[in-house]
Amino acid sequence: MDFWNTPIGWTLWTVGQILLITVPLLLVVAFVIYGDRKIFAAVQLRKGPNVVGPFGLLQSFADLGKFLIKELIVPAGADKFVFLLAPLISVTLALGSWAAMPLAPGWVVANINVGILYLFAVSSMGVYGIIMGGWASNSKYPFLGALRSAAQMVSYEVSIGFVIITVILLSGTMNLTDIVVKQGGGFWNWNILGGAGLKNLPLALVMIPMGVIFFISGLAETNRPPFDLPEAESELVAGYAIEYGSTPYMLFYLAETSNIILMSGLMAVLFLGGWQAPWPTHYLDGLTHSGWSWLASLHGLLIFAFKTLFVFFMNAMVRSVVPRYRYDQLMRLGWKVFLPTSLVAVALVAGWRVYGGIG
Amino acid sequence: MALQAIAFYLMAAVTLASALAVVSSKNPVHSVLFLIAAFFSAAGLFVLLGAEFLAMLLVVVYVGAVAVLFLFVVMMLDVDFAELRQGFARYMPLGGLIAGGLAIEMIIVSTTVATKGAARLNENPMASGTAGPGIPNAEAIGRVLYTQYVYFFQAAGMVLLVAMIGAIVLTLRHKPGVKRQIIMDQVLRTPANGMRMVSPKPGEGIDA
Repeated sequence: MDFWNTPIGWTLWTVGQILLITVPLLLVVAFVIYGDRKIFAAVQLRKGPNVVGPFGLLQSFADLGKFLIKELIVPAGADKFVFLLAPLISVTLALGSWAAMPLAPGWVVANINVGILYLFAVSSMGVYGIIMGGWASNSKYPFLGALRSAAQMVSYEVSIGFVIITVILLSGTMNLTDIVVKQGGGFWNWNILGGAGLKNLPLALVMIPMGVIFFISGLAETNRPPFDLPEAESELVAGYAIEYGSTPYMLFYLAETSNIILMSGLMAVLFLGGWQAPWPTHYLDGLTHSGWSWLASLHGLLIFAFKTLFVFFMNAMVRSVVPRYRYDQLMRLGWKVFLPTSLVAVALVAGWRVYGGIG
Repeated sequence: MALQAIAFYLMAAVTLASALAVVSSKNPVHSVLFLIAAFFSAAGLFVLLGAEFLAMLLVVVYVGAVAVLFLFVVMMLDVDFAELRQGFARYMPLGGLIAGGLAIEMIIVSTTVATKGAARLNENPMASGTAGPGIPNAEAIGRVLYTQYVYFFQAAGMVLLVAMIGAIVLTLRHKPGVKRQIIMDQVLRTPANGMRMVSPKPGEGIDA
């Protein structure tokens, strides 16, 4: 084991872990895009992608090939360096945020104490990819799209921040792994129901709306319909991505989908107990203390994946059935509805923690 | 240790280089982007110091919010920077004086800290339980911020609140004669009060 403690060994070990997360994540992204299109199609009574591979399963890979062999065109008046840097920043941040995501018991690349703040910080930097891309294109529609997205993402980050504070207050820690561990033992211990079984059940009245606000803000933060104003095709053609094609466009798209899965996963971790099963898992205790602990981890991973995909399914359904918001309504919802509501919720949860008698 | 040293020199170099690029680049948008790079690598230095909470706050507050607004404003402004640069020689002595003063201050502070250690109200944080190996630094900061420094902390909060209200009051303007949307009316609109059934005879039309 000594080799793994040397600088070279440590680097190799970390790079290996990163690859172990990134490669499956990219595969998941490919199938999530396919699933998204299938759900969208099913709602509209269409078939969706059904030609490439069985049931169209390989559609995303065909699209990947198509993007990669297209010609890269940089507009004449564009700021070339920033134009090409923007999608790279987007995709780096989107993949980097998975470092702190607890996937299963003990399966996390960086188990940092401020994990939740790290995710918040990285997702708040995601706006730069879009705003740089929109500006560097040197064209009016992309620029309008970039300005809209900057305003939108900054607005909804505020309410996401307050919702996260309510979860931190309940859990008493900013470490994502600890937040999940505290929600163990059954669905009545999940944060969306107050986080501590019957004792905290009154808090469900606060936490369920907080979960809803987090879900909706997540939609706005990832520019998903009904909040996809930065790329509203009926008015801005394709928003910040008009001038992009080929691989850079694919990187933007990859970053966006990866962020959607991240937000779904974060919803699962913060409110739905992450990898914890909805029932008491005493049958895993024997495994955890023996050499079979990876089986317990696999059990957790499957549950986490199921929850994440469930939240993603809700996300896709919202995209299919809710019409796009008007821009002023979007701003009103963020600043005049979500911000005061979540601010009151922070005060209520903090008050409960002090006077509710639950340590 | 070797990795930490490599990381430190890398991030320190990036911080200094991008700070230099902030003041030297021709395009103001590039300046802001370099400023963001400087903030970000400074956050990296904080992490190396073990102050991960401060690092994340730096990224959330400065990179995620303040610099976005900077970028917003600079992109919208149409400033002729060639014209601005013409006064360079005139402002050079004053700018040099301020820069020199700041440099002297920083040298005094850093040499004092290096030789005598940082001044602190709490003489022994380990003994009073506010800091130690087992306590995450977000908690350590919280413990001193809400006990010893609570009045300063509240005062800072009040200043921010006053500044926020001031900004709102200064920009809030109710122009008469401007049509505004009343969301309540829009939400309460139903088919019953928003629709009127008419059956016009051919050739007559409707008088609204």
